[in-house]
Amino acid sequence: MTAQSNRAAATKSVFGALDRFGDQRVLLSIAILIALPWLLPSQALAVNVLIYGVVVMGYNLLFGYTGLLSFGQAAFFGCGAYVTGIAIGRYGMPWFAAVASAVVVSTILAAVIGVISTRTRGIYFSMVTLALAQLVYYVALQASSFTGGENGLRGFTVDRISLFGLQINFLDPLNKYYVLMVFAAAALWFQSRILNSPFGAVIEAIRENEQRARACGYDVERSKLLVFMLSGSISALGGCMLALHLSIVPLDILHYQTSGMIVMMVLLGGARSFFGPFVGAAAFLILEDVISLWTPHWQIFVGAIFILFVLFLPKGIWGTLLETLPIARPRR
Amino acid sequence: MSGELLRAEGIGKRFGGFVALEGITVSFEAGQLTSIIGPNGAGKSTFFNILSGALSPSSGTLHFKGCELNGLPQHRFVHRGISRSYQITNIFPDLTVHENVRVAAQALSVRYDVWRNRARLAELGARADTALHAVGLLDRRGELAKFLAHGQQRALEIAIALVSEPELLLLDEPTAGMGPEETKDMVALLERLADRRTILLVEHKMKMVLGLSRRILVLHHGRLLADGAPDEIRSNPEVRRVYLGQSEGYG
Repeated sequence: MTAQSNRAAATKSVFGALDRFGDQRVLLSIAILIALPWLLPSQALAVNVLIYGVVVMGYNLLFGYTGLLSFGQAAFFGCGAYVTGIAIGRYGMPWFAAVASAVVVSTILAAVIGVISTRTRGIYFSMVTLALAQLVYYVALQASSFTGGENGLRGFTVDRISLFGLQINFLDPLNKYYVLMVFAAAALWFQSRILNSPFGAVIEAIRENEQRARACGYDVERSKLLVFMLSGSISALGGCMLALHLSIVPLDILHYQTSGMIVMMVLLGGARSFFGPFVGAAAFLILEDVISLWTPHWQIFVGAIFILFVLFLPKGIWGTLLETLPIARPRR
Repeated sequence: MSGELLRAEGIGKRFGGFVALEGITVSFEAGQLTSIIGPNGAGKSTFFNILSGALSPSSGTLHFKGCELNGLPQHRFVHRGISRSYQITNIFPDLTVHENVRVAAQALSVRYDVWRNRARLAELGARADTALHAVGLLDRRGELAKFLAHGQQRALEIAIALVSEPELLLLDEPTAGMGPEETKDMVALLERLADRRTILLVEHKMKMVLGLSRRILVLHHGRLLADGAPDEIRSNPEVRRVYLGQSEGYG
């Protein structure tokens, strides 16, 4: 009995800490990500969970924590990937400079889309973000001399990465995973920092009651713009990771289906939970893997499962787990 | 404390063809509790929304401490020193009681900082607790605001408005929907606050208004019908006709 309760207590504290405010949630999340290639059936899957986890985590800042349902997050995911690829392939930039410039360019794109979309509310916000992201899609399709158009962006391969004089073979899947994990760790840390910051309190106040937040003295539109940019920059980092991982950027990454997938992932994992995006990305990708083995119409089944989640587990896998486990966790 | 704090000159508001307010000219002294009464649809809420920046007037000017407020966005009003509560409870339901007030306190100083740890801004937390203490909610500080009783949520709203240390506090029917016990608590709270602050109150409960206010304004069909001390208002035949007579049994 004691062993059992010890174990229960341990699980409790792990789950509790993973979502509690403070730095330990970052460390625990990183610990899980370190173990991920051995927890999942394949390393290829682990890399994808890592990448989509970062993308969805950025989106969670906007949707989960601020309550803004955007259908255009693919624009920043894609922009990060394309700019990384173009910077390496066309301009011969070193990979880290390419990643940095991709994040900067994507944040500027988020500022432009954000200035227009954050003036609207509710369904109009969703539609404006969807439309503007599709605009980005068509620009990438048309500017084929830059982007490769329909064929996607090719011709940039990062096979070696030198880190502080250390040469790392980037073609080795595990090496690749752990190099990309450094980005994910940085994103986790940054996101935790934002959530802990005074601004993190502002976005929650806006989610809870926009009118009240304004009456309290917050410039709601400007705050929304800032969170839109932060969210875009984190999702863009996921795009950079994808470009480095695949060495190609498929055009589909910018399509609204990708935005829809990001929304599904965050809902599967649990919006408004710190580690939920990674759980959601893993759940979605595993479902896709497993179901597509025996039917090409896997989307029907994933869709059905998604609907069941929305109806019966609105807090997602991780959110429900955190709630079900009797964790005496102080909700701020 | 004395001197003119807020002056409204010829304030009018129309929504399309409907005239909600017309030619309201009134000035408020610092350190007084003034009530605004009037039948439903008299323009009280519209006037309040204009004073708190939620609506901009179609005509007329507002001066606060000698500065014109026209054209100022709503979120700047708090920074100038005007804070309000709402008729319908307007709090942050899924945040704790303490965080409700703390985030309101933060609006005056730290709005876009994504870097520091907010827990280190201890002064804001202390100010929030002071405001919670003032409205008698300090022992509930860790609970989610949505789990508070109605009367406590109303008190929390006042704490949210109070924490910015406003020079002018606008309270829109703070006892709306309250039972007699809760109303009594709220009246006691308002009496304590009125000692030190300039308060503008919209309220329906006549006994309460007559007991609390130093001055009463009566609005009727968007116009200022009467303006004076409670006794004058009580004996004003116009006011009796449009308002008091029909609501004698009110409160």
